[in-house]
Amino acid sequence: MKCRKCGEKASVNMRQHKLALCKEHYLEWVPEQTERFIKKYDMFTKEEKILVAVSGGKDSLALWDILVRLGYQADGMYIGLGIDGGINYSDESRRLTEKFANEHNLKLHIVDVEKEYGQPIPVLATISHRGKGKPCAVCGLAKRHEMNRIARDLGYDVLATGHNLDDEAAVLFGNTLVWESEYLLRQGPVLPGRDGLARKVKPLCRFYEREMTAYSIARGIDYIYDECPYAEGSQSIYYKELLNQMETTRPGAKLTFYLRFLEARKSGDLFIEKNVEAAHLHPCPKCGQPTSTDDFCSFCRLIEKAAAQTAVQ
Amino acid sequence: MAKLILRNKEFEVHAGMTLLSALKKINIVPESVIATKNGEMILEDEILKDGDVIKLIMVISGGSI
Ligand code: SF4
Ligand SMILES: [Zn+2]
Ligand SMILES: [Zn+2]
Ligand SMILES: [Zn+2]
Repeated sequence: MKCRKCGEKASVNMRQHKLALCKEHYLEWVPEQTERFIKKYDMFTKEEKILVAVSGGKDSLALWDILVRLGYQADGMYIGLGIDGGINYSDESRRLTEKFANEHNLKLHIVDVEKEYGQPIPVLATISHRGKGKPCAVCGLAKRHEMNRIARDLGYDVLATGHNLDDEAAVLFGNTLVWESEYLLRQGPVLPGRDGLARKVKPLCRFYEREMTAYSIARGIDYIYDECPYAEGSQSIYYKELLNQMETTRPGAKLTFYLRFLEARKSGDLFIEKNVEAAHLHPCPKCGQPTSTDDFCSFCRLIEKAAAQTAVQ
Repeated sequence: MAKLILRNKEFEVHAGMTLLSALKKINIVPESVIATKNGEMILEDEILKDGDVIKLIMVISGGSI
């Protein structure tokens, strides 16, 4: 496969866009697209101060890299969760985050949950009995709380996270399976700020997870490859795998699932029955069934057309 | 033969097949990995050669923020 821009051998193929690019052009394309999404969803401006939640993983480091390249004022924030899991997960992800910040001369705020509140996340989870043996509920709560706190205390306008399309589609899929209408109405690329709460944005929400991995590899970003040990067997991974199976046979299925949802939500019509059409229905002059077209119903028109063509032949 | 490596697992496939067929053969959803050869990313239409060592990188990560 060849790069659409220069004809050299392609390194990345995005079947959902029917677009293949070489490494060099891919590294240009991703920031360009990110800029487009930032503007499209009114995320932030060059004048605003952005706090990027960085975990040491591919998505958040790539996001930080892209925002800085695009000329935004983006500082990082790392939250030390105190998770070891036999692979030194927290220490290693912190090391990689600090390394990235140092190499690019960026400002990084570090909050260590244990230092700040006395116990690491897994212990807090055990003590509180929240979340069925997994620390994820407590972890999520703590991360949101601390991100909001730092953003507010240090005067950041916006909080940016590295959620990609697979993350968003998995959440959407989970919420749709049980029709969580409250959550469905709130999910989106931007969560507006309120008194004491910074605006939250997801500039990578239209990139596939695969594309962010490709970006990090192409850019040479050293990210933590191992999962958080508690992520194993999670629902979100299960949904992502299901969605990827679908994507393999129907390229673009994930993207459409998410984008059509955003459209429906924005239009305000999600879950609201439309009655407009009923008002304009009238009987088809030929068959008498109600139709919204001015003339014959669609079926009668189809039959007419078929009859006309057979006559020609 | 060509070798595909995913974390600590190794798979051997016949040279001459495409990366896509090789992934199907070893039951890996192509959408869930990125393949590299000598550190460079390769695409699904790449024909595997004798002695190729292909490193597969998982793209999925979980958890929530
Ligand atoms: S998998 Fe759970 S514990 Fe690990 S970082 Fe994610 S939310 Fe936190
Ligand atoms: Zn090119
Ligand atoms: Zn509080
Ligand atoms: Zn009719």
